[in-house]
Amino acid sequence: MIQFSNVTKKFRRNEVLKGIDLTIQRGHRVALVGSNGAGKTTLIRCLLGEYNCTGSVTIDDMNPREFRQQVLSKVGFVPQLPPPLRMPVGQLIRFASSLCNADPQRMIDVAKQLGFDALQFKHQPFVKLSGGQKQKLLISIALGRDSELLVMDEPAANLDPEARHILFKLLAEKQKTSAMLISSHRLDEVASLVNRVVEMDQGKIVLDDEVADLVDMSSMLLCSISMIRHEDAFARALTEWGFKTEDDHRTTWKGIVAGPDRLRFLGMLSRYAALLAGIQMKEAGEQQQTGVENVG
Amino acid sequence: MKHLWLTAYTDIIESLRARWFMVYSLVFGGIVVLLFAFGLSESRIMGFTGLSRLLVTYIQLSMAILPIFVLITTVRSVAGDREAGVFEYMLSLPVSLAAWFWGRFFGRFFVVFLPVFLAMLGAVIWGVIKDSEIPWNLFIYYTALLMALAWCFLGIGMLISTLARSSDVAQGAAFITWLTLLLFLDLILLGIMIQENLPPQTAVAIALANPMQVFRTATMMLFDPQLVLLGPTAYIILDNFSQAGYIAYAVIYPVVFGSICAGTGYFFFQRSDLP
Repeated sequence: MIQFSNVTKKFRRNEVLKGIDLTIQRGHRVALVGSNGAGKTTLIRCLLGEYNCTGSVTIDDMNPREFRQQVLSKVGFVPQLPPPLRMPVGQLIRFASSLCNADPQRMIDVAKQLGFDALQFKHQPFVKLSGGQKQKLLISIALGRDSELLVMDEPAANLDPEARHILFKLLAEKQKTSAMLISSHRLDEVASLVNRVVEMDQGKIVLDDEVADLVDMSSMLLCSISMIRHEDAFARALTEWGFKTEDDHRTTWKGIVAGPDRLRFLGMLSRYAALLAGIQMKEAGEQQQTGVENVG
Repeated sequence: MKHLWLTAYTDIIESLRARWFMVYSLVFGGIVVLLFAFGLSESRIMGFTGLSRLLVTYIQLSMAILPIFVLITTVRSVAGDREAGVFEYMLSLPVSLAAWFWGRFFGRFFVVFLPVFLAMLGAVIWGVIKDSEIPWNLFIYYTALLMALAWCFLGIGMLISTLARSSDVAQGAAFITWLTLLLFLDLILLGIMIQENLPPQTAVAIALANPMQVFRTATMMLFDPQLVLLGPTAYIILDNFSQAGYIAYAVIYPVVFGSICAGTGYFFFQRSDLP
């Protein structure tokens, strides 16, 4: 679907991409990782036809620069930093849906699933929304249409755990028919979302590896955590993940973690390892998942 | 075409919410209010009184303010949008580059012309309420001249925004462009060059090429049809153009000049890196 052949990009004398060769097929969910300045954003901009480069970039055999409209109508893009648009939310949805020949209601529905009521904020300037709300709206615009390629720069960075789970579910629905390119400077942020990792360093691909694709993106884990004693900071961290306690001593906590978020969750727990008395994580059945969603 | 108007409409919505637009509207609205407040409509100069007098003063002030306002606000917002990541996101949507560039141009033209026109219209409406004589020919002619001037400097602004890669450079370039055109008005450098025995043809060519000078001469022509204020240059203008011919030139030339600048801007825009 996507083909980079010997792609080189220079800014004056600075060579940012150095002969990139990369092929991505439908069904591939690629984590594009690397430190700052590795060339991830430049690669994405070449893919979107926003930068001129030498070599060739094609999406379904079409150059994104020459066939902008045909190519970009298949691409849903979520930038890392939301643009400071002053137009109201309603206008942004109308503008994007009209350009993409999509039904604006679909975008509004996706936003609602993510926990953002676009209709309530339709007169609010986009720039005045919170970081999380902006992210949800941009994700809705990317997912609320028939995109075959999703290009996302740290898409879940500003989302709360519940919205992250919905995002994972929405991505799971698209994984068979679409390719995904998810950029991040930290692999642990996106590892569970992908089945392939491409690492960049100083404009070159230094690692291109398939990863075990065992995590169901829409799965949920029932978790039970017990602490040796109550600790406010740990309790706050668990509350942020939507955990609750019914124990008078506040040492036993229960909650739900989205399957692809397990690594991130364990990362959080590792900070309080000395306080942990026990952890139990169990795959939730379909019935339990429905129950959880109703509670959510 | 649908995408072009959609982009233009979106740009208008964006601009109407921008702080620069409020300042810009306040300046032009404020000028008219101040002219009324200082009783300019009641005073008389070269036979002009009432609304005609006010409009003559307004257009002279517009010549000083409009170009720099249009240039700075255009380059600031266009180059600023590129720096802030607006281009990166908006141009990831399936809009053609032509629809995006020209949509923004038309949207921006509407926005920069609107306050200038509304201020003049407000003065005319006030005149109607006060039962004053309305100089309709002057109003229509000045509207056309202001449109041409706004179009011209918008085109220059779009060209500078495309060529400059940062808003700081774009603002600097816009200011230098405005200053250069200002210096080559007959009042300043051109006058000195003529004193220093510059060939008259060269002086006239510079004056005819400078859109600000063209505008200044054209506005002068309405209250001074023989261009007495301009000195001997008036003979060349009137002999070669006639009064009606020069008025037509003063409207057409800035539009053509602005269009060429914007067209050049588009040529570079579609060939360069977008964000």
